[in-house]
Amino acid sequence: MPKPRVLTGNHFQIGNWACTEGALAAGCDFAAGYPITPASEVANFLAARLPEVGGVFIQSEDEISACCSAIGASWAGRRAMTVTSGPGISLMQESIGFAAATETPLVIVDVQRFGPSTGVPSVGLTADMVQVARGSHGDYQIIALAPNTPQAMFDIMIRAFDLAETYRTPVFVMADGFAGHMRERVSIPEAAALKVRGRKIAAPAATVLERTDFLDENVAPMPVFGLGLRAHVTSSCHDAHGMRNLSDPEVMHSYVTVPIKKILSHRDDIVRVEETRTDDAELIIISYGTVARCGIAALELARAENLPVGQLRLETCWPLPDREIEAAARKAAHLLVLENNMGQMLPYIRACVNGAAVVHFMGPEHLGQIQEPDAIVRVIREILS
Amino acid sequence: MPITNLTFAGIGGQGSILAGTILGNAAVTFGGKYATQTQAYSSELRGGYAATWIIFSDAPIVYPRVIAPDILVAQAQDSIQRFARTLRKKGTLFMDSDIVTELPDMDAAKYGVPATSIARNRFSAPVVANIIMLGALTKIAPVAERNCVEQAIAAAVPKGKTALNMEAFAAGFEEVRAL
Amino acid sequence: MTAAEHPLRKHMRPHVTRTTTCPGCGIGTVSQAILRAVDSLGLSMDDFVFVAGIGCSAWIPTPLYNADTLHTTHGRPIAFATGVKASLPDKRVMVLSGDGDLSAIGGNHLIHAARRNIDLTVVLVNNSIYGMTGGQAAPTTPMNTRTVTSPYGFTEHAFDLSELVKAAGASYVARWTTAHPVQLSRAVKTGLEKKGFSFIEAVSQCPVQYGRASKLGSARAMIKRYKEISVPVKKASAMSPEELAGKLVVGEFQNVDKKEFTAALAEARAIAGGKN
Repeated sequence: MPKPRVLTGNHFQIGNWACTEGALAAGCDFAAGYPITPASEVANFLAARLPEVGGVFIQSEDEISACCSAIGASWAGRRAMTVTSGPGISLMQESIGFAAATETPLVIVDVQRFGPSTGVPSVGLTADMVQVARGSHGDYQIIALAPNTPQAMFDIMIRAFDLAETYRTPVFVMADGFAGHMRERVSIPEAAALKVRGRKIAAPAATVLERTDFLDENVAPMPVFGLGLRAHVTSSCHDAHGMRNLSDPEVMHSYVTVPIKKILSHRDDIVRVEETRTDDAELIIISYGTVARCGIAALELARAENLPVGQLRLETCWPLPDREIEAAARKAAHLLVLENNMGQMLPYIRACVNGAAVVHFMGPEHLGQIQEPDAIVRVIREILS
Repeated sequence: MPITNLTFAGIGGQGSILAGTILGNAAVTFGGKYATQTQAYSSELRGGYAATWIIFSDAPIVYPRVIAPDILVAQAQDSIQRFARTLRKKGTLFMDSDIVTELPDMDAAKYGVPATSIARNRFSAPVVANIIMLGALTKIAPVAERNCVEQAIAAAVPKGKTALNMEAFAAGFEEVRAL
Repeated sequence: MTAAEHPLRKHMRPHVTRTTTCPGCGIGTVSQAILRAVDSLGLSMDDFVFVAGIGCSAWIPTPLYNADTLHTTHGRPIAFATGVKASLPDKRVMVLSGDGDLSAIGGNHLIHAARRNIDLTVVLVNNSIYGMTGGQAAPTTPMNTRTVTSPYGFTEHAFDLSELVKAAGASYVARWTTAHPVQLSRAVKTGLEKKGFSFIEAVSQCPVQYGRASKLGSARAMIKRYKEISVPVKKASAMSPEELAGKLVVGEFQNVDKKEFTAALAEARAIAGGKN
């Protein structure tokens, strides 16, 4: 008997397993991937699980192919994903731009590792935060979500597919080696409790000229392949019908701006943060991913010393929660940015703050190791004294 | 229950990390509690060091790392060299008394069980030494109830090896001694 | 009164009235060979998904063909098509692109798709040069040819693409030229009927770039030369390397039946207990 699609119940499992089961629970029925530490388990699990639920897993010849195949599958009507780590993202960048330009629903899981280059495969470092947002050439906007626990890796996959399908866009899940390999309680709800909005599908028309298949700020219905819709899909500059147009300045302008506005104008539905005791805080920690757990641990220690500390955890990292960061800067005199890198999100956060608070940064004592709560509290004491 | 931090260490091939996973699964899946497990191992699959860190709690766990464990389970002399100094003061040490022969000065409650010789001589199965250690731990400083650990062992070992592992677990439970 | 319509016009997007090809280009001949094959099999454009890469020949299905068409990044159409075919195994998925796209930047995808024996029909238009970017040497450019990137003569050996794809494991491989439009169309038809990876190499003239680089001259001269140098596979097998120098072997290189990739995926699903 094959296992069902949704494994309702409590499990003691690693984040990469939770990620796989989250994908399945979200209705994923296509994945392509290439082996890479520390993301391999997700592909391994998908290879076992997708056929059980009638889906397809392909081990591609490289990450470029994996991303392209997933995009092709998405156009063929599948809920598609790929999974990799930093070096694989580097190879996928061109296709990520393709997915953004063609408004393709796609979930890309990045179990981030220590880099640059080959670096240390098994050690987590959230060092791809900017490359997923800005790594492909051209101007475009993606969505990126950062889980902080194995449970969140399950939950966030549901949300990633929901946003990818709703907004016809690539959505990144920015896990890291910690969350991916850490084993914790993962509670999977009943299938009926899981909701993923599906994509809108285009209607038949005599020609594509009678239909808006692309470039609608409120998301054009997708002319999915195989339904006789005769879609014209190109990542070259195109008009709202998908027809290539390399000369009209109006079309060129829309081709870049509309897919960006499509995400930004729906930011309230997309952006999600978790605020902990920010209301009376004089110092607010801003963090994301596994490191945000160090932030909460430090917050609890600091509050025990009557230090007025709060935390803003960015579940959505892109689009940047600019208003939420700005609001935190208005509440607290000091912001302490915690990241497990040399400060990749820091300049973007600082830009949102725009002088409204003093912005401090703290990385781990040793990169790749997360911050110790005691060490964070020492920094907080110093800032608030 | 307060939070309990545990380090389970050995050398590659002894099943230390699996033993840790069994404990976590006992607490979470069969005990309805929370646990967080992280692990490390050197790159060689056999003979290098292996260690896993587990936090047990009734409530969701915030900080995922173990800095100063309450309990250290040492399946090898190497585990003592690496991790004995991390054990918190007045913590509890469990060791395979066949293998760990030298202990530094430490302010800890110490327990031993000859897991390797019991596994070899009584069960003709050296691989169950880690399960014997689980029995010893569960007798003295349970992080999950005995029946939960037994269910987690049954879920982890190959079918057909359940009885052997239950006997090994019981042997650890019986044979553990304060040192 | 309405003008008489070409019998293959029905397969094209009604609002597209122009092609982007240069005068004398062989792409029109290749396109017609493809559409004749589609027609002769009684297929509709709704039975297809066309996937194209980057380059002159990639612009055959996009925008011309009135079907689901996916115009992809450079070198990657086979990788995209793999995802399309695995998701829609009942559709016919055809990849159309050039020698630079499929054998240089996309060479890895080409050999691995052939190895998997995925049921794609790949029509590779080989003009022996990079046309769209202005006449640079390609993996198919004969040694010593002077191009803008090999001004002292090309210093590399050329790929024999049909032999390459045959060795990589394709079910069906054929090579014809624009001087053999009927044979070419028949090969596309056979490829479409073959359950497995089908590779049709269409050697095609680019008088603007390759004609100039090779000093072969006009389209007419190039087609004439294709006729002169073509040697059927069977005849070639009895010829020595010296006799074959400067010749172009044409015909069927491979035509075998072997397990196809999406069928193998379906078998794996059946083993896993999943629905097919």
